[in-house]
Amino acid sequence: MMSIPYFPGCTLSTQARDYDSSARAVARALGFELVELTDWQCCGATFPLTLDDSMALIAPTRVLYQAQQSGERVVTLCAICFHVLRRAQALLARDRAMLERINWFTGQEYQGVRVVHFLEILRDEIGWEALRAHVRCPISMRLAPYYGCLLLRPHNEIGLDDPEQPTILHDLLRTLGAEVVDFPYSIECCGSYLTVKDPRISETLALEIVASARESGAQAIVTACPLCQFNLTYPQRNSDGIPILYFTQLMAEALGLSGLGEVR
Amino acid sequence: MRIVISADKIHSDFVRQIEESSGQLLLACNQCGKCSAGCPVVAAMDLLPNQVIRLAQLGMEEVLESNTLWLCASCLTCVTRCPKGVDLPRLMEALRVIALRRGVTKLDLSALPPELLKALPQLAIVGGYRKYVK
Ligand code: SF4
Ligand code: SF4
Repeated sequence: MMSIPYFPGCTLSTQARDYDSSARAVARALGFELVELTDWQCCGATFPLTLDDSMALIAPTRVLYQAQQSGERVVTLCAICFHVLRRAQALLARDRAMLERINWFTGQEYQGVRVVHFLEILRDEIGWEALRAHVRCPISMRLAPYYGCLLLRPHNEIGLDDPEQPTILHDLLRTLGAEVVDFPYSIECCGSYLTVKDPRISETLALEIVASARESGAQAIVTACPLCQFNLTYPQRNSDGIPILYFTQLMAEALGLSGLGEVR
Repeated sequence: MRIVISADKIHSDFVRQIEESSGQLLLACNQCGKCSAGCPVVAAMDLLPNQVIRLAQLGMEEVLESNTLWLCASCLTCVTRCPKGVDLPRLMEALRVIALRRGVTKLDLSALPPELLKALPQLAIVGGYRKYVK
């Protein structure tokens, strides 16, 4: 069985364990093993947007170094870890002086690894046709694919899909048998970190996204991000809502790995 | 508000600091407003994102008092759409960092409803500290 080094990150090891466990089971069913890095810590959860903030690059560079110990690439699931690590990878590849500065500080010789998202492995290495052959219990639901921000932008560094009209989640969900609904908020921001500073504002944004998906007929929203998952779920606490699911939970259902995809 | 525009302010350290820290040229922005048109948080902002840039172009430090810097969610929608290739969230972060280095702190977890605090995912708290506290 092929094994791929895997960085779960903090949230998938705690609150979003169902994302982690469903992904591991799906990987196994598809013939590869997600092998957790032996030693890892938080990626920092934010990519520094100022050029003079080398402090904030230390955490992601340490993770990249830890990944380098296991091979030439590392797979992630959390959209935020993916974003932070992929941008840090890109920055350190083009900015030698910064690379040397961080390596000097950490005392570790980071040289370079490739950060990939689990979705890319599904699309680019397994392929939708091959995946379809594994589907045992097709999903008979209308689903709204929700991409959010950090999985797609900025396009020049992330490059996972078209930043304005992505299709990767659409294609995956169709492969699983689901009916995909298009809704205007599928790449709109859920409020991100505003949830710790101005929760009322992020709740307003989130409820608009949920309402739009429901108006389009969706029975659930599908995400790859534990912060989106929280931001869209929590504001629905006092009302009849629709579930916000990780794409791996639906995959576990479709591949007949019962129980693993269960909606909490 | 009385606004004084002067060449001194336009060529001030404040402007230089924003440009160096963000890696962006403020005058690259031609004020088309496309960023503000697509910004998801604009309804809660006291200045439109392009107005923040305008004040920064003029070297007006009053811009640091705008809530817009703190409401920008770094969603990067505007970067994708700006016809001039301006990386506006980098400018917003440069302004936030200037304010934070001057001693401002924008995160108070004790003010959050306890049930929310208990439910928050780890990365929201880590990210919040990195964005809103120095
Ligand atoms: S879209 Fe770009 S050029 Fe237009 S106002 Fe915004 S930052 Fe300036
Ligand atoms: S990055 Fe900030 S200013 Fe730009 S669209 Fe998003 S929230 Fe608005």
